Amino acid sequence: MTVTEDYIDASGGDWDEVIERAQATSAERLVVNMGPQHPSTHGVLRLILTLDGETCTEARVGIGYLHTGIEKNMEYRTWTQGTTFVTRMDYLTPLFNETAYCLAVERLLDVSDRIPERANVIRVLVMELNRMASHFVAMATFGMELGATTVMTNGFREREMILDILELITGLRMNHAYVRPGGVAQDLPPGVVGKIRELLKEMPKRIATMRKLLDENPVYLARTRDVAYLNLPGCMALGVTGPLLRASGLAWDLRKAKPYCGYEDYEFDIPVSDGGDVYARYRVRMAEMTESLKIVEQCLDKLRPGPVMIEDAKIGWPAKLALGPDGMGNSPDHIAHIMSGSMEALIHHFKLVTEGFRVPAGQAYAAVESAKGELGCHAVSDGGTRPYRVHFRDPSFTHLQAVAAMCEGGTVADVIAAVASIDPVMGGVDR
Amino acid sequence: MSTENEANHNGDGAEAPENLPDRRGSERLAAPVVRTGMFGTTTTGDTSGYGGLRVRGSAPAASSRPFTDPEDPRTADFDRVADDLEAALGEGAGAVERIVVDRGEITFHVRRDALVEVARALRDDPALRYELCTGVSGVHFPDDTDRELHAVYHFRSITHNSQIRVETTCPDADPHVPSIVSVYPTNDWHERETWDFFGIVFDGHPGLTRIQMPDDWHGHPQRKDYPLGGIPVEYRGATVPPPDERRSYK
Amino acid sequence: MGLEEKLPSGIALTTVEQIVGLARKSSMWPATFGLACCAIEMMSVGGPHYDLARFGMEKFGATPRQADLMIVAGRVSQKMAPVLRQIYDQMPEPKWVIAMGVCASSGGMFNNYAIVQGVDHIVPVDIYLPGCPPRPEMLLDAVLKLHDKVQNTKLGAHREQEITETEERMLRRSLPLVSKD
Repeated sequence: MTVTEDYIDASGGDWDEVIERAQATSAERLVVNMGPQHPSTHGVLRLILTLDGETCTEARVGIGYLHTGIEKNMEYRTWTQGTTFVTRMDYLTPLFNETAYCLAVERLLDVSDRIPERANVIRVLVMELNRMASHFVAMATFGMELGATTVMTNGFREREMILDILELITGLRMNHAYVRPGGVAQDLPPGVVGKIRELLKEMPKRIATMRKLLDENPVYLARTRDVAYLNLPGCMALGVTGPLLRASGLAWDLRKAKPYCGYEDYEFDIPVSDGGDVYARYRVRMAEMTESLKIVEQCLDKLRPGPVMIEDAKIGWPAKLALGPDGMGNSPDHIAHIMSGSMEALIHHFKLVTEGFRVPAGQAYAAVESAKGELGCHAVSDGGTRPYRVHFRDPSFTHLQAVAAMCEGGTVADVIAAVASIDPVMGGVDR
Repeated sequence: MSTENEANHNGDGAEAPENLPDRRGSERLAAPVVRTGMFGTTTTGDTSGYGGLRVRGSAPAASSRPFTDPEDPRTADFDRVADDLEAALGEGAGAVERIVVDRGEITFHVRRDALVEVARALRDDPALRYELCTGVSGVHFPDDTDRELHAVYHFRSITHNSQIRVETTCPDADPHVPSIVSVYPTNDWHERETWDFFGIVFDGHPGLTRIQMPDDWHGHPQRKDYPLGGIPVEYRGATVPPPDERRSYK
Repeated sequence: MGLEEKLPSGIALTTVEQIVGLARKSSMWPATFGLACCAIEMMSVGGPHYDLARFGMEKFGATPRQADLMIVAGRVSQKMAPVLRQIYDQMPEPKWVIAMGVCASSGGMFNNYAIVQGVDHIVPVDIYLPGCPPRPEMLLDAVLKLHDKVQNTKLGAHREQEITETEERMLRRSLPLVSKD
C-alpha cells in the first residue's frame, strides 16, 4: 500500500489499515484495484480506478489475464485445425470467429466464390443464431452485474433454446469448430428446420418478455440512461464498431457495407439509436435480435439441397457425415471409396488429413460483423500447410479502450454499467 | 427436412468419375505452377506414386498499373485510391515503395519514416477518409534480411466504403516504427500488443508497456525465434513432445 | 443391533465424521472463479435450466473469504496464476477445488508459453472434470461426486491414516495400456 499526499493506493492489503492510513493523511483520492477476479468485471478484467469519494476520476484497464497464445499455437497446426483454436477465442461468438477465419483462408486460396450456396446459407443461419445467444448473455451478465438476477436467469434460459439448436447442428453447445475452410463440417441434421421454426415462433415472445421487464423499468432506466455516454466522434477515434457504434447513431454494419456469405440477399434493417448511452446499447441489441430472427427465417426459405463443402478434393474434407456406431461422425460413401475403391484416394485422404492443404503464399484480411463489432482476421501464409501468422482484430479488445472515456467523471457504480454495456469477452480480448 | 437431406445425400453424384476425390477441383490447378510433386516433399520422399499436386506461384512482389481489374469488382476503386493517395502525399509520394494488388486486396508498402504522414493523409484527405484503423498486426520473417519485422495496418473508410492495407517493415537490429496513435487513438492497445508479442518499438507511443504478458516477462513470444513453449505430455508411460518439437510434415 | 432398537423415535445415531460431512456438503458455497469458456457453462449451471440451487449451491460467493469451493472454470494463464493462488489462500479451511474443463485440468489443447499446464501446479485439486467445455450436467456430476467425497471425509487421526493409505495405494498402482517397466 502506498500513501502519498495526493492519493492512497489501496490495491491489496487490509481495509482497516487503509482507513487508518487514510485518516492520518490529507489525501482524498483512493486508488482501488478491481479485478481481475471480481464478480462485476465481466470476466478476468482488471480495472484500476482512482476514486474521489464516489466519483471515478481515472479508470485504467488491465488485460492479459486470459492470454492463451492461440495465434501462436495455430502456427503449429494445419489450416483446418485452426478453426478449433479460433472458436475458443471469443467463446460467446464462436461461429463468428470461425467464419472470419475461414473467409480469410478462402480468400488466400482464392476460392471465395466457389463456396457452395447451401454452405453460405448455413453459415448465415448459425451466425445469426449465435448473435442472439451472444446478446442474451450480454443482457444476462449485465443484469447480474447490476444485481438483477431475474434478467440473468431469463437470459440464460432463452440462450438454452438457441444452444439446443446449435448443439443439434454442430454437436456441441459451445466451441463448435463447425465452419471449416471450404464450407461447413457437415450438413444440417434431419429435423433441425422444424426445431428452428419452433424457435422462430417462441423467441419473439421471449424477447417481448425481456423488453417488458426492462424497457420502462424505472430502476433499469436510472442505472442506464445517460450513463457511460460515448458520442460518434469518440467512437470513431477509438475504433468502436458494432452495437456501440450503432447506439451512437451511425448505421454501419459490415453485413450491409461489405456483404459476405451472401448477406446481400437478405432483407433486414440495421437498428440505430442516437442515445449513445447504456440504455441505447441495450435497445440496439434487443432490436438486433429481432432482425436476426428475420434473417434466420429467410435462411430456412433459402435452404436448397446441395453440397455443403467445396467441390475441390484438394481442400474439402468429406462433409456428408453420418453417425457411426462409435458415436463419431463418419462419411460412409467416402470411407467405402477410399477403403475399397481407389488407392490414390486413400493416399490423398491421408495426406489431406495429416498434412492438410497448402495455401498459396500471401496475406488476406477478412472481416465479419460479429455480435460485438468488426471481427477481422489477418492471415499470412508462406505457402505451407500451416498458417504462418494469424492475427485477430477482436472488437472487445478495441472497445475496452473506451472504458476511460466512458467512466471518468462518473460514479463508481456506473463503471460496472459501462463495462457491461461494452460486453467484452476476455477470451476474445486476450486471445 | 428428411427428404431434403436424402436428396442431398444422393444428389450430387459422388460416383461420377469427374467427381471422384482425386479428380475434383482440377481447374484450380490451371494457375501458374512453381513446383510439382507430392505435398511439399523436396527429397525423393514420394513413395506414393501420386505426384499430382502442383503448388501455385507465390504472391506478387509488386503490381503495376492499372490496379483495377475490370473483371474483379473487389478491385474497383484501387486506381482511384492510389491516385488520391499520391495526390495527397504530394512530394512525399516516394514514401510508398510499392503497391501490391493480390486476391482483391491492395497493399501499400510504405517506408517506416513516412508512416505517420501516410496515416494522416489517409485519415484527413477528403478523397480518402479512412476513418477507421483496425489495428496493427505484426509478422516476423526471420529470412527477410533487414526487413525482418513487418507491421501491417488495415484501414477502412466508412465514407467511401473502401478498405486498404498499409505495410511497413523494420530490421530486427533496429526495431523502430513510428507510432500512429496520435492520428488513430484506437491503435493504442494494438501497438502495445505488437510490442509485447514482436518487440517492435513504436516511437512516440504514449505508454508502450506490455499488455498481454506479465510485466516481468522475458522475450516477445510470437516471434518466430521464440519457442512455442509447450511441455512434453505424459500419458500412461508414453510421452508426447510439444507440438513444435514433433516430427513435422513439411 | 442393540442400542439403536432401544432409542425413542426421532433419534438417530451416526458418527461425528458423517455429521460434519453432511453439514459441509449441504451448504457448500462456491467462489466464482470463471475464467474462460467454462465460466459460461458454470453460469448456465446456476441458471434456471440446470439449477444448482437443488444442491444448496446457488450462492456463488463474490468474496473468497465466504467460499469453500473453488471451481476453476477455464484456462489459467501465467499472468493469472498468482492471482488464483492468492484467492485460494484467502479461502478459509476446509476448502475444495474442482478443475473444470481440460484447460484447468491439464492445459488441454493450449500446450504453449501462455497457459499453466494444469491448475494442480498451483493449488491442490479434488476433482478433475474433463470436457471442452464440460456440459452443465457434467459439472453437476462433478459437484455430486465432490459432495460424496466431502460426506465421507474422515477427521483427525483417521484422516491422516486415510491419506497414508491412499498414497501407498497410488504408488503401487500399475497403469494399463502402456507398461511402465
